[in-house]
Amino acid sequence: MSGSISPIREPLITGHKTYHQITEDICSPTERTPTTAWIIAFILAVAGLATFVFCVAWTVWFGIGSWNLNRTINWGWDITNFVWWVGIGHAGTLISAILLLFRQRWRTGVNRAAEAMTIFAVICAGQFPLIHMGRLWLAFFIFPYPNTRGPLWVNFNSPLLWDVFAISTYFTVSLLFWYAGLVPDFATVRDRAKGLRRRLYNVLSFGWTGSAKHWQRWESLSLVLAGLATPLVLSVHTIVSFDFATSIIPGWHTTIFPPYFVAGAIFSGFAMVQTLMLITRKVLKLHDYITLEHIESMNKVIVLTGTIVGVAYLTELFISWYSGYIYEQFAFYNRLMGPYFWSYIGMMFCNVLSPQVFWWKSMRRNITVTFVMSIFVNIGMWFERFVIIATTLARDYLPTSWSYYTPTWVEIGIFIGTLGLFSTLFLIFIRVAPAVAVAEIKSILKDAGDQYAGMDVARKHAADPETEKAH
Amino acid sequence: MRTFNKEVLYGLYDDEHDLLVAVRNARADHLDIWDVFSPFPVHGMDNAMGLSESRLHITGFIYGMLGTLTAFLFMTWVFTRDWPIIFGGKPYFSAPAFIPITFELTVLFAAVGMVVTFYTICGMGPGIVNPTLDDRITDDKFCLAFDTTNSDEAEVSKMKSFLESSGATEISSKNI
Repeated sequence: MSGSISPIREPLITGHKTYHQITEDICSPTERTPTTAWIIAFILAVAGLATFVFCVAWTVWFGIGSWNLNRTINWGWDITNFVWWVGIGHAGTLISAILLLFRQRWRTGVNRAAEAMTIFAVICAGQFPLIHMGRLWLAFFIFPYPNTRGPLWVNFNSPLLWDVFAISTYFTVSLLFWYAGLVPDFATVRDRAKGLRRRLYNVLSFGWTGSAKHWQRWESLSLVLAGLATPLVLSVHTIVSFDFATSIIPGWHTTIFPPYFVAGAIFSGFAMVQTLMLITRKVLKLHDYITLEHIESMNKVIVLTGTIVGVAYLTELFISWYSGYIYEQFAFYNRLMGPYFWSYIGMMFCNVLSPQVFWWKSMRRNITVTFVMSIFVNIGMWFERFVIIATTLARDYLPTSWSYYTPTWVEIGIFIGTLGLFSTLFLIFIRVAPAVAVAEIKSILKDAGDQYAGMDVARKHAADPETEKAH
Repeated sequence: MRTFNKEVLYGLYDDEHDLLVAVRNARADHLDIWDVFSPFPVHGMDNAMGLSESRLHITGFIYGMLGTLTAFLFMTWVFTRDWPIIFGGKPYFSAPAFIPITFELTVLFAAVGMVVTFYTICGMGPGIVNPTLDDRITDDKFCLAFDTTNSDEAEVSKMKSFLESSGATEISSKNI
């Protein structure tokens, strides 16, 4: 391989790894008995999942009346949580698809776990519109299937239906993309296993052999799926924003929504990736594969998208004033000064002000700061959706119907429950599958491993040009 | 377990560069390579082996177009022929409103179609067991394999000496 040595790029794999060590480091967590930390985390996650099942059963049994939604505020925590989860589900495909097209090598360390996170986040998101239907067992009505009522079709002009297609397509394509990447790595695990484990991983690995022609097709498939997933990931949150933007509610009826939602989705997705990767890297001891360079790169994306979101907030305020339209002006006055002013302040602080610490390199490379910031952003982005949804609805055109909304324990339980669902799935994932893409890491070793790339190597080269030949 | 009914002579290399050079030299020596296996895609291998470019992306385009047409024509048929309804005072045929779903189905058809095609033409799928030459090929070994089913002694020994001279660290044969 012709590894060109750049003194600017830092190595992305440290510890002078060989191919075998990479296999060993990444596959061994799936082969050991689970650690106590994992078991405790899993028990907590399953308890969360049980909460979810209980609260959903409660909602289905007693009806949506067990929530505190009312005639004025008919979307509350449910849709807030839905948009929050969908947003989180954007980082994985962004990392795996857009960064693949941009040839960003640092994506390789984090893409596997980020994509897994995407899929699990979309699963969590999908729960909310379903539960919100009330009559869960009729959920299939949203699909245009030939029925005995005419057939009466669904309304293809409705953004809510576009959402059904967008989210289900996004889920399917992300899953296929993720799994195509997993197949060679499952084969690696299979070839290390014996007995029953070998049989199980053989099913999971689809009988992968590593033939050159298969790799060629695999690369072609990955590239085209990346090309398809790139506009797809942008379209999904655009369509989610249409749920609001195509309505005539002041504060929702704005053309800035699609780009603003997409930037916010990437922002919150990267924050969730940081939260999870910092924990995974510590627990699975993946410091050599998820380096400070990876963390810094993601923090750069966070500060960029956080600032874009900040500009969008300010643009909204300016345009509402500049429009001269009193309803629009009131909607934004109400966000700042109304009964939910605290959520607006929380949003501004967490999303716009606090990420600015990442302008400093020392902050971007500080693990504690990164972790705290990732939690801040997760909270801030939840507030953003709450501000857009509940605050706007609470003060509509008719002052007589103005209202205030606080969730019941059922709504809070469902939200906490989806965190449990998400964690359960993620914990199972890191036990079963290699948490870092083994084959892809190997393919960049000679370009980005610390014995081949980075400052130290470049200096050595300058001193002794003969070593150049070795690469 | 699937079988190819082949007698395969193969050499394992420790580095992808050695493999790449060996593949080039084998072709120069007019030795017929059966297949090459590696733990990750080796860049330049397609050229070295003389593999033609994959046509998988063309199938992706066809599946995508199929999705575009399915979605757009179906919605048009529903709203202009089967059950026309006026929504928000817009015409029956309100093409701009069909775009989001048309786009999503284009992507869905292309992705699902390509993935299914990929697994089918590679002979892969859940439960399929393909024979492998060595367990370390998915770890850190790079493998060059010759088909010796119909080869005579002289040919086999020529292949063997080629593998030895090209830097293979292990050489063996297997019936798969």
